Amino acid sequence: MKRLSNHKLLALLLVLMLVVSVFAFTGCEKQAAEEPQQEQITETAPVPENPQLKLATTTSTQDSGLLDAILPVFEEKTGYEVEVIAVGSGAAMSMGEAGDVDVLLVHSRAAEDQFIADGFGVDRQDVMYNDFLIIGPAEDPAGIKGSTDAAAALLKISETGCTFLSRGDESGTHKKELAIWKAGTCEPSGAWYNSVGKGMGDTYRMADEMKGYTLIDRATYLFNKDNYSLEPMVEGDPLLFNPYGVIAVNPEKYPNINYEGATAFIEWLISADTQALIGEYGKDQFGQALFIPDAK
Amino acid sequence: MDVIWQGLKEGFMLILSLDQELIRVTLLSLHVSLSALVIAGIIGIPAGAFLALKNFYGRKLILNITYTLMGLPPVLAGLIVFLFLSNRGPLGDFQLLFTPTAMIIAQVLLGFPLVCGLTARAVMTQQQEVYDTSVMLGATRTQAVLTLIRESRIGIIAALTTALGRLIAEVGAVMMVGGNIQGKTRVLTTSIVLETRMGHDSRALGIGIILLLLAFIIMLIILKLEKRSFKDDSTIQII
Repeated sequence: MKRLSNHKLLALLLVLMLVVSVFAFTGCEKQAAEEPQQEQITETAPVPENPQLKLATTTSTQDSGLLDAILPVFEEKTGYEVEVIAVGSGAAMSMGEAGDVDVLLVHSRAAEDQFIADGFGVDRQDVMYNDFLIIGPAEDPAGIKGSTDAAAALLKISETGCTFLSRGDESGTHKKELAIWKAGTCEPSGAWYNSVGKGMGDTYRMADEMKGYTLIDRATYLFNKDNYSLEPMVEGDPLLFNPYGVIAVNPEKYPNINYEGATAFIEWLISADTQALIGEYGKDQFGQALFIPDAK
Repeated sequence: MDVIWQGLKEGFMLILSLDQELIRVTLLSLHVSLSALVIAGIIGIPAGAFLALKNFYGRKLILNITYTLMGLPPVLAGLIVFLFLSNRGPLGDFQLLFTPTAMIIAQVLLGFPLVCGLTARAVMTQQQEVYDTSVMLGATRTQAVLTLIRESRIGIIAALTTALGRLIAEVGAVMMVGGNIQGKTRVLTTSIVLETRMGHDSRALGIGIILLLLAFIIMLIILKLEKRSFKDDSTIQII
């Protein structure tokens, strides 16, 4: 009889754990749902008809912390709630093509133009740019350090057969890299060329382990450079500039999307105040801005 | 619905096209997961049997840890192996990171607790009579123990199939220690992640179909082998 009650006790404990976890979870959700409501009462911001705004963007804007720094301002001012989906530029645009998101903040100019030409996007605006740099091991086996000619530097890497890591994921960074290879009229292939199909942070980590060269955006570089030993090799080439654009998904293609919210977001993003905010971001932490605003 | 249909179509097109890249990726998947399964089996089955049959201090604790590690998150296994094999890690000199060997090591780490724990369970369910009968029929101690293990083979095969399912479908560990390098360490699951990230949903689905087909074929082979060793007495007749 005692054994039986023991078993029952254990079973009861398991069930209890389950119940508690379920309650704790829903409790959290409820709390999370209640908090913004309380905020809204204290504010005078008008609540939009459809406050859910889905933003597809590149991993670089999220990983650099920029969105965390500026989006709360937008949400407070307009009452919209922005759901950020951070993926590669390629995936962001195919989400836009499928009407799964309302607005895009991406950096892949040629693909952006194609996206608009195909009728999927409207109202494109320049927002800001950052730049890329080529980083590599301190020993610099390809001998490219200090160069300001990105295409020539990559050519040298391929000639010397030094390890190079490519994002290989059709992201904006990957497309930029391919464009630089093309500018040097070189078709990269061989055992030294590693197409890793990963995000920027992971690629940086791998390049550091493999002591290879890679192309990286400045924000990701500055954010992680203390953890790794790779050094800047090539920077300042205009070819390395990386413009970001904001695009609303075409409401004529997908009537259900939140075009009103997308418009509000774009207007806010290119407003003088927000542009100043973007230009300031990173200065206190890294001594330099991560993004340079360039809305017209 | 279109995407799913498209994916199914593209999957079969992919198989028919015999894409060189895809064949290499598929073969590497097989190589990594099967090697890991064999190694996990070679050390996991004896370890499981030992845990089931030998009474020693701390046995319960070790069993409990083994059961817990059956749920080891692949990413965590990957991270541990990564830290060991990294240039800054204790085994960095072997330069194994981002090679298929590293992927096999990580998968052994995932597969071993499953094989060991489930084998222990299977052997523990055997009755004392099996051992006693073997001894009575003149078996030595070792022979009797081997008989016990042989009698547990349904459970052990279940352990191996479960482990294989986990290993071939696993992405976190191979992504981390393999690095998903095209032509070197890219496998089916990391391809699926990459294609999804690039927005090629239907191609990702297609590769998924290949993965499932592969698992299906392997399971078929294992079950065939299992049947052969049982003749016809493995099914229970309900009258």
